[in-house]
Amino acid sequence: MSTIAVESVPRTRVAPSRVPTSRVVAVELQKMFDTRSGFWLMASIVITSLIATGAVILFAPDSELTYSTFAAAIGFPMSVILPMIAILSVTSEWSQRSGLSTFTLVPHRGRVIWAKAVASVFIGVVSMLVAVAVGALGNVVGTAITGTPQVWDLSVSEFGYIVLGNVLGLLMGFMLGVVIRNSAGAIVAYFVYSLLLPTVFGLLAANQGWFRDLQPWVDFNFAQGALFNGTMGAADWAHLAVTGAAWLLAPLTIGLAVLMRSEVK
Amino acid sequence: MITIESLTKRYGGYTAVDDITLSAGAGRVTGFLGPNGAGKSTTMRILVGLTPPSAGSATINGQKFSDLPNPGLEVGVLLDASAQHAGRTGREILTIAQRTMGLPSRRVAEMLDLVSLTGGEADRRVRNYSLGMRQRLGIAAALIGDPEVLILDEPANGLDPGGIRWMRDLLRDYADRGGTVLLSSHLLHEIEVIADDIVVIGNGRIVAQGTKIELLQNAGTLVRAADLAELQGVLAAAGISTSQSATGALHTDADPDLVGKVTLAAGLPLTELRAADGAGLEEMFLELTADTQREGALA
Repeated sequence: MSTIAVESVPRTRVAPSRVPTSRVVAVELQKMFDTRSGFWLMASIVITSLIATGAVILFAPDSELTYSTFAAAIGFPMSVILPMIAILSVTSEWSQRSGLSTFTLVPHRGRVIWAKAVASVFIGVVSMLVAVAVGALGNVVGTAITGTPQVWDLSVSEFGYIVLGNVLGLLMGFMLGVVIRNSAGAIVAYFVYSLLLPTVFGLLAANQGWFRDLQPWVDFNFAQGALFNGTMGAADWAHLAVTGAAWLLAPLTIGLAVLMRSEVK
Repeated sequence: MITIESLTKRYGGYTAVDDITLSAGAGRVTGFLGPNGAGKSTTMRILVGLTPPSAGSATINGQKFSDLPNPGLEVGVLLDASAQHAGRTGREILTIAQRTMGLPSRRVAEMLDLVSLTGGEADRRVRNYSLGMRQRLGIAAALIGDPEVLILDEPANGLDPGGIRWMRDLLRDYADRGGTVLLSSHLLHEIEVIADDIVVIGNGRIVAQGTKIELLQNAGTLVRAADLAELQGVLAAAGISTSQSATGALHTDADPDLVGKVTLAAGLPLTELRAADGAGLEEMFLELTADTQREGALA
């Protein structure tokens, strides 16, 4: 036995204070980085944005060497990786069974899940800022190599829409993590949600006239698409709100209710 | 102080924990003994809020676990040493606990030292840990907040004999300093060696509970002679019924004093006569759980 054995017990203790939420968020943030899979997911954000930038410089025609081309190229891998990060932050507690410790150290699942959501969104926003910087670097370097004029064709509001779009995608992954609570299952479900469903809706809209006008009110991906096009009218916001409530908020609410009462084994 | 009152947990039609009431006091090691599937782990999970009970209550120092403001500082919990993210190192797992509880970072090194995990081992990923190393890490995580109460589910699993000895000394010392320890085991010997109080559970019900001394007093007498049949006859003639124990001796509920007098009077030389403490608890355990055990009644 080492030092702690020497202290004399029983002693009068000061009642401990509640674990602050900021600390729970900080710990959850740390947990996203400190595993090998977590580390490489984070690293892949930087790596893929560098690869995408390089690819644009190498392969894009000189006339398209504009900032928005870089932004779009970097944005694509990021829109896939960010939801994975959100999914794993939730599901690993069950798939890796670390929830046994997590939920006994903070015996309020709602607080832990909230902290994970905050940490995920934080990483999403920081990643977008990294993308902005890498894209800007690519635009400067790329146009210098080709000798074409620099074109900065992405406004602040457009960037804001893209951030929102990616955060919604990330929250989609988060929601699936909460509902499914299994890493593999949630990742598969995410691809069904983000790849299969839009295809089905697209086919339906192309072949069934009655669905064409309905699609913006039903298809969350379609409604999100407007964010990436750079202009958002009142109708676009309404589409986003309605489909977001149906595809994101409703299942998230049900998933949370089940998660609160479920058994952690 | 752990208090469990009329606790019940049902899964559909199956009752995993059936109206159990028990308490574990400060300064004592309380052993929670039962065969696999008896309801030990379910009870412990309910105690720390991971499983909602169907009825009844479980409190620690009078408070529900979820009402504890910073539970790690008050209750050390080790439910399953393997339930850790395999991709983290031992040191990272302790760091998460240390940061969540708001402790100084030196506690991580202190705990690694306490459980004899070397720096090299602490920096390996838990995926590469043996079960014994995971148990040591789990103990370190449970103790890092210097809690007053310890809840350990099968902590001796996977430890080598030296490790078991170390664990026993550590828990003994912890209880002697005023701590409350509730530990479960299906290993009778472990419980018998370390526990002050014993709660025996079978099929979700408590079948016996009390101090170890009380339970052992009821354990009867073990007697052995060169000719067991003759011994059995002599004792039967004096109205003492016996049963053959697993170790090839006779077991009886009569006390050793009486057995000695009867056999002396009959002129029968004994090779062994003692209170059935060691073997006694095992026989009590098998007997008490015989009708609830998977293997069915053991002879």
